[in-house]
Amino acid sequence: MNNRLRVLRAERGWSQQDLAARLEVSRQSVNAIETGKYDPSLPLAFRIARVFGQPIEAIFAEGEAD
Amino acid sequence: MTRSGKSPARRRYLARLAIFVTVYMASLVAAVTLIRQHHVTGAPAWALALVPGLAVVGYFWTIGMYIVEQRDEFVRMLMVRQTLIATGFALSVASVWGFLEQFALVGHVEAYWIVVVWSFGLLLGLLSNRLTHGAWGECL
Repeated sequence: MNNRLRVLRAERGWSQQDLAARLEVSRQSVNAIETGKYDPSLPLAFRIARVFGQPIEAIFAEGEAD
Repeated sequence: MTRSGKSPARRRYLARLAIFVTVYMASLVAAVTLIRQHHVTGAPAWALALVPGLAVVGYFWTIGMYIVEQRDEFVRMLMVRQTLIATGFALSVASVWGFLEQFALVGHVEAYWIVVVWSFGLLLGLLSNRLTHGAWGECL
């Protein structure tokens, strides 16, 4: 699964820790999702979409992570 | 996560672990001292001898509760992987050793040592998580 988490986070000037706090997860979770080592569950994907104010499909796309 | 960096699940895990480790140590010392020197026999000896093993069961329950209570799904997944790897490792060692022992090629090992092997397997699981997912989890 590809995702635009790192780009969206950088656009807002948030650190991984900032995003982790907003999502109520650990920083290592954010890092694992960003680097494509972990695909979040649907509930967490919805939380991520809500935090960035974008639909899920604008953040996640099918395919192998880069 | 709290300001200390420990999740509520981990803080509860550590508190429960402290209780079971204390019970284990105290009951083991008491059992070794009292049963081996025949200060207690019969039913009381049975009861006392059961306590260290039950404390280890409490350790397993503590890990299970950590998995149930952990709210961070990624960290929870890491812990599940870690315990599965440990379980696979311990069962593998027990299987191979059991047959070697059956044919008198190695000496007898008390069954409770499998818990030590399983704990070593947790370290292997930790390492595997780091290599495959780039994270240690909460390092139980």
